[in-house]
Amino acid sequence: MSKPSTVFEKIWNAHVVAPAQDALSVLYVDLHLIHEVTSPQAFTGLRQRGLKVRRPDRTVATMDHSIPTTDPSLALTDLLAAKQIKELESNTKEFGIKLYGMDSPSRGIVHVIGPELGLTQPGMTIVCGDSHTSTHGALGALAFGIGTSEVEHVLATQCLLQRRPKTFEIRVEGRLSPGVSAKDIILALLSQIGVGGGTGHVFEYTGSAIRALSIEERMTICNMSIEGGARAGMIAPDDTTIEYLSGREFVPKGKAWDERVEKWRALKTDVGAEYDRSISLDADKLVPMITYGTNPGMGMRVDDCVPDPSKAADSSKRAALEKALKYMNLQPGRPLLGLPVDVVFVGSCTNSRISDLRLAASLLKDRKISPKVRMLVVPGSQNVKREAEREGLDKIFKQAGAEWREAGCSMCIAMNGDQLEPGQYAISTSNRNFEGRQGKGGRTFLASPLTAAATALKGVITDVRTILNEKNSHLILNFEL
Amino acid sequence: MSHFPPFTSRLVPLLANDIDTDQIIPARFLKATDKLGLGEHLFADWRYLSDGSPDPDFVLNKPEHAGARILLTGVNFGCGSSREHAAWALTAFGFQAVLSTSFADIFKNNALNNGLLPIQLDESAYSGLLKSVNRSSDIQITVDLEREKVTFPDGTTHKFPIDGFSRHCILNGIDELGYLQQFEKQIAEYEKSRPA
Repeated sequence: MSKPSTVFEKIWNAHVVAPAQDALSVLYVDLHLIHEVTSPQAFTGLRQRGLKVRRPDRTVATMDHSIPTTDPSLALTDLLAAKQIKELESNTKEFGIKLYGMDSPSRGIVHVIGPELGLTQPGMTIVCGDSHTSTHGALGALAFGIGTSEVEHVLATQCLLQRRPKTFEIRVEGRLSPGVSAKDIILALLSQIGVGGGTGHVFEYTGSAIRALSIEERMTICNMSIEGGARAGMIAPDDTTIEYLSGREFVPKGKAWDERVEKWRALKTDVGAEYDRSISLDADKLVPMITYGTNPGMGMRVDDCVPDPSKAADSSKRAALEKALKYMNLQPGRPLLGLPVDVVFVGSCTNSRISDLRLAASLLKDRKISPKVRMLVVPGSQNVKREAEREGLDKIFKQAGAEWREAGCSMCIAMNGDQLEPGQYAISTSNRNFEGRQGKGGRTFLASPLTAAATALKGVITDVRTILNEKNSHLILNFEL
Repeated sequence: MSHFPPFTSRLVPLLANDIDTDQIIPARFLKATDKLGLGEHLFADWRYLSDGSPDPDFVLNKPEHAGARILLTGVNFGCGSSREHAAWALTAFGFQAVLSTSFADIFKNNALNNGLLPIQLDESAYSGLLKSVNRSSDIQITVDLEREKVTFPDGTTHKFPIDGFSRHCILNGIDELGYLQQFEKQIAEYEKSRPA
């Protein structure tokens, strides 16, 4: 009788090609995702060694980080970004890799298009030269970020040398209250464990509150697993996963689909399986969250006060908090509610899918954002953009005074001209509030789409629960996600 | 002949915790399609004033740390983005080793793949070193990868963990891809054994 295993262990064990030296394993990669920023040097390396891509059929490329979110027919003014994009075009052509390029109707942020196209499937190993690859774990895949050298390794061999990580169960039971969303779950977790809390571990999210989430909501949570230092984050597949994937472009059809689904149903964490660590969160107790500092672990309840460095647990925590508050120009002990913001960004691989846009639109319908605020809404893919336009969400955003953009990473990483000016405050549905992340000197508050939209309406940091009325509560709680 | 012989160098103390890779190399420098010139941009937003001149108060710019090949930092160094450009910028600048009590996973792999040693010290060794750093700005450390140890100014030696394979690759200038390619037969067998 074999030992009860977690879904992570099952996927890991199924992908070990061979043991290597020193407890390393050669791990097979089912799907290798590529984007323009972390691949050029890898392809150059391959070319220099005279190597081919071993499995072009398991490799998919897109452009997302440095592309503009304005009219794609306009020439790129950023010459370096233009060169990087051209290089991806020529590399994918040379090595026979499918590219969802600038003229593709399916292009978008790599971690949005993978699941959307049904490329991401339960039980797969998925890698990409991007730390938010953890997103795909929401569909029950083992998905993690790698560096450019490792991108080259995977291109050449379809494998990676890996040390097996430990496991960390994140159990979330209960129900989310109105105004509280998946983003708040992950921000709450990060505020508890900190940005190094998961180092060396793969998170597995379990519990009734996780099971109740849609796939898009699960992606928000898995996306930010890396912010806790985790190697990956995953959620075992279930009926929600199967329903999400049914009919998508790259899943099998007919009898092959039925057979595949049977395999997916078996991909569960066994009763009695043990994790190296575990933590529990009570969803009933969660409220809208916001970050106040300069890493995603520096978060608090939106109605709380900015922590006081003088009360920090030790001198290095105090120094870190002092540095963060200095950068953010925030006073200890003061609430964040009511603080004016300059920019609201709804977008990024964390929260730019159709359900995220619906949530933001539900608050903005027939209303206008504060004239003091610049709001950017950037759909995660061109498919999301078209769906949003079919539902009239673009009109809602534009009539409210927000900018409706083409798909891309945009202001999450500010590589394409969508960025903050020094000193500006932004509330953002993205995943990182590091110093300068959204533009040198820019100051980021991370939050959910609901909190961001509520803030756009008022022009100041706002607790969405205070503006939910009968009409909106109904819409938000019953949206088909 | 070792590709990473023992060396002695001054260290630079950059004593912040959770230094993320956006600070090590801001995203606007990731548009390069090669690895050149990244040393200029290491810690760019901390290192330069708004007029582009070096900030004399930033530790990397202080004359007493010039030529240092070892960086001493706080916990969880290299967290955040997977950008290998962070390791490239550090090595281009001249660093051969980073000392801390902990490193972020992806950064650690990237560092090892570029001959940049992430040296994990235990708490007591680290706090002992901090005391020396607080007393003097001229701290010399000897790093011996072959013997897996560092020697501090007070003469004490401390072993650091490093997996044998990474150590072997760095000492011998061996590339991990070359090693992986030796598994061609097993990879082919694995692919045959799996449904499409």
